[in-house]
Amino acid sequence: MPSTVKQPDRRILDHFLVPKHRILSLEEAVEVLNKLGIKPWQLPRISVNDPVIRLLGGKPGDIVEIVRNSPTAGEYVTYRVVVSY
Amino acid sequence: MSYGPYGEEERYTISGIRFSLLSPREIREMAKVTVIRADIYESDGSPIMGGLRDPHFGAIEPGERCPVCGNLRQDCPGHFGKIDLARPVMLPHLGEHIYRLLQATCRNCGRILIPNDKAAYMLQVYRRLKERWPVLADIFAEEVAKGASSTTECPHCGTKQYKLRLVKPYYLYEVREEGEVRLTPSEIRERLERIPDDDAELLGWDPKSSRPEWAVLTVLPVPPLSVRPSITTESSQRAEDDLTHALVEIVRQNERLKNFIASSAPESMIEEAWNTLQNVIAAYIDNELPNIYQLSHRGRKQLKTIAQRLKGKEGRLRGNLNGKRVNFSSRTVISPDPLISINEVGVPVEVAKILTVPMVVTPYNIEDARRYVLNGPYKWPGATVVYKKRENVKIDLRYQRNLRQLAESLEPGDIVERHLIDGDIVLFNRQPSLHRMSIMAHRVRVMPGRTFRLNLLVCAPYNADFDGDEMNLHVPRLDEARAEAEELLLVEKHILTPRYGGPIIGGRQDYISGAYLLTVKTTLLDINKVRELLRGVSDASVELPEPAILRPRPLWTGKQFISMFLPKGFNFRGRAKINAGDLKCDSEDCFYDSYVVVSDGRLLEGVLDKNTIGAEQPESLLHYLVLERGSEEGRRFLDTVFRAFIKMLELKGFTVSLSDVLVPAETMKRIKSMVANAKNDVIDLIRQYNEGTLEIIPGRTPEESLELRIIQRLQRLRDEAGKTAIDYMDVFNNAFIMARTGARGSDINITQMAAMLGQQTVRGRRITRGFRTRTLPHFKPGDLSPEARGFVAGNFRDGLSPHEVFFHAAGGREGLVDTAVKTSQSGYMQRRLINALQDLYVAYDGTVRDSENNIIQFRYGEDGIDPQKTYHGRAVNIDRIIEEVKNVTGGGAGA
Ligand SMILES: [Mg+2]
Ligand SMILES: [Zn+2]
Ligand SMILES: [Zn+2]
Ligand SMILES: [Zn+2]
Repeated sequence: MPSTVKQPDRRILDHFLVPKHRILSLEEAVEVLNKLGIKPWQLPRISVNDPVIRLLGGKPGDIVEIVRNSPTAGEYVTYRVVVSY
Repeated sequence: MSYGPYGEEERYTISGIRFSLLSPREIREMAKVTVIRADIYESDGSPIMGGLRDPHFGAIEPGERCPVCGNLRQDCPGHFGKIDLARPVMLPHLGEHIYRLLQATCRNCGRILIPNDKAAYMLQVYRRLKERWPVLADIFAEEVAKGASSTTECPHCGTKQYKLRLVKPYYLYEVREEGEVRLTPSEIRERLERIPDDDAELLGWDPKSSRPEWAVLTVLPVPPLSVRPSITTESSQRAEDDLTHALVEIVRQNERLKNFIASSAPESMIEEAWNTLQNVIAAYIDNELPNIYQLSHRGRKQLKTIAQRLKGKEGRLRGNLNGKRVNFSSRTVISPDPLISINEVGVPVEVAKILTVPMVVTPYNIEDARRYVLNGPYKWPGATVVYKKRENVKIDLRYQRNLRQLAESLEPGDIVERHLIDGDIVLFNRQPSLHRMSIMAHRVRVMPGRTFRLNLLVCAPYNADFDGDEMNLHVPRLDEARAEAEELLLVEKHILTPRYGGPIIGGRQDYISGAYLLTVKTTLLDINKVRELLRGVSDASVELPEPAILRPRPLWTGKQFISMFLPKGFNFRGRAKINAGDLKCDSEDCFYDSYVVVSDGRLLEGVLDKNTIGAEQPESLLHYLVLERGSEEGRRFLDTVFRAFIKMLELKGFTVSLSDVLVPAETMKRIKSMVANAKNDVIDLIRQYNEGTLEIIPGRTPEESLELRIIQRLQRLRDEAGKTAIDYMDVFNNAFIMARTGARGSDINITQMAAMLGQQTVRGRRITRGFRTRTLPHFKPGDLSPEARGFVAGNFRDGLSPHEVFFHAAGGREGLVDTAVKTSQSGYMQRRLINALQDLYVAYDGTVRDSENNIIQFRYGEDGIDPQKTYHGRAVNIDRIIEEVKNVTGGGAGA
């Protein structure tokens, strides 16, 4: 991405509609994939251009953990793989 | 026909399907005949050699031997032919692809309009993407093409590039300085030929299977006769298939073009013939392309060409591959039978004699098998086919004279194809199959008659009624299928729906009225009545409690009767449907009996009505009973008590008559004066409007304000009139009982019968349409009064005046149009949803995955909960658990 592009406002991370994102370490990522018995591309995806991913500095191939509030389950944990498009 | 799992024969798995273009070489190699004659038959009726019925297309007549493969028609697969085109012709569907390809490549050297090094790098990226994310690779190729297309000078040879213009479906023009020049298919083909493989690949093509220039035909394959069979009518008139007709036209135009070229006709004539050929070939592939002349029969009927065979609901895909007709199925009209279980379906004997189930003979069932064989195919319960294992022969009992001998010869291992008998599991279905309860398993009850019989309680999940509805029945034949149907699809396992976590099967209409009449305080049953009700129920395992009244003679209450069937320890409290209006009350010993209390399996207070035993009522008595006591207990309740409700109606008699909607003259007078008052108010509103003193509703025009105020006033009039009439009615008025208990109808229906129809609306407004300034010629122009704009003061009891009938019909029509529109729209939406979701499944680890094991949800529904087993969507009902604990520890009421 060209460096001229402005970074998103950091405050979006604290907005109540933005769920908590966290980039997993390699070990954590491997553990998640092993637990689910899948390869990275079988995960749901998230774009590197996603504002939150840009703020967290995610690179294609990273796996992010997203914890969101769920009307049915209270808290719901998902994982997404960062993709370059 | 094979009965078991497949044997050891070799099986293959399809790992993928690739669509590609046929190369001219392939077409030439597979062609066994070249078509050069547009006629089909000689004058003596024999097929013309080199025509479209040349015998080299394959043997089709009985006894005919194929000149190509030497087989008779059963074994000849049919063979392709070809037409050598005088000039190249574009494949009509690829116009856009060709356009993109040409725009992105050099018009001189054919290279992609991207510098060498960059193109090489992009190709690398493209190939990597193609491996992992093929869809992405396509998008990438599209972007590459877009980038290359904007280049104006070839980076390889320096030639100037022109913009191309595509006129659908397949005309290409080059926009040069001197003006637009049309590219002929020959030129297009030459340019495509110059594109190197690597460049084509980077632009999204797979040159190994489809070279770009193959998109411009030089030779056209002609399908074998088995693909386009001709039909001989009774009068021995030959009728050819539409494809043959289209091909005849192609051959004719091709030969014409050939002649023009051979005779060096003027260029314009050749051009014209070439265009015609192009058009005919396009129509042969898809006769519904835009901007082409369609091929048609002499009778103007459009020809069904290749695309038309595949497309649409009745096309090959949706009509023959996705939806096939099946054996072992049956369809007939349905009718009700309240005396069979909800798990059962009544099957006519005639159907039972056709639908069969394979029965493997064992020492344990050999006597039954012999009996079936002895009865033969025409006497129920019999058998239609016997498979003798030792001899490995199938014997059709229709042609078997000595059934006795065959029955004697049965031995373990033989298979008897026996009739459907009582207790067999079948699948029952009513279209439209919108949810999973649209197909459920039932146990067969063979009975006389010609209709399928079903219990009225299962009308709800099928959305069936008996005004001529038909339903389908399918017989699972193997043990695995039967077991699966019984365990997963049996009706009793679908009393609760996953749609909203409540019972979808339950009381409706007469069941509700009956429940109310049985449980209402005034109902006292003597021993004869109780016996009669019990006889209807036919469940002998209940014990009659001590009667509520002993003298002058023993009498039981309806609540006592119900309590006999409620399980011990079952508790419930909640409002009845009648708990509304004047009968609103939340006290446990409600005087009006409108608060239901069940304690330890005894109905202590309250009447049963729609809120407690109704279909589609979550958090009701019926819901808790099924959810907490299991579906079998739930089914038992539905099969017993509900039958008593019907019996109750039979004993008491239940009908609605004119007297039920009769209102005393004095009340009618009051309603009349209310109408007069309302009319005056409306006239006053109109006056205010004319004087400009009408209070305007914010955000509305004066006209809209006036209309809204008038509608509001007239709405109030109807409500008041209805209330006046209903207030007069006594509690044992049957129409009123039905409305209150939720059995059928509502206060509005009673109002419309007894008091007035009220304002009729179209699209939420008073009726204004008709003539220019008035609705009907009965009124003065510009009349805004209630009666001139669709207000109906009459009622169904007294009848309507002509203009009232007209307004009512106008209002009623809107509803009909709405339902028609809504069903078609939601039907299509359903189809798209199902196609998108059909292969998702909940994996054993609780995740939701698709057919490629991609993760859709990390936990089903985010909480992993089956909504069928919830309290109206909630997994746990704390209130009910607390209530339960209280009862167990003796802290609660009752006992
Ligand atoms: Mg119907
Ligand atoms: Zn052959
Ligand atoms: Zn053949
Ligand atoms: Zn060039």
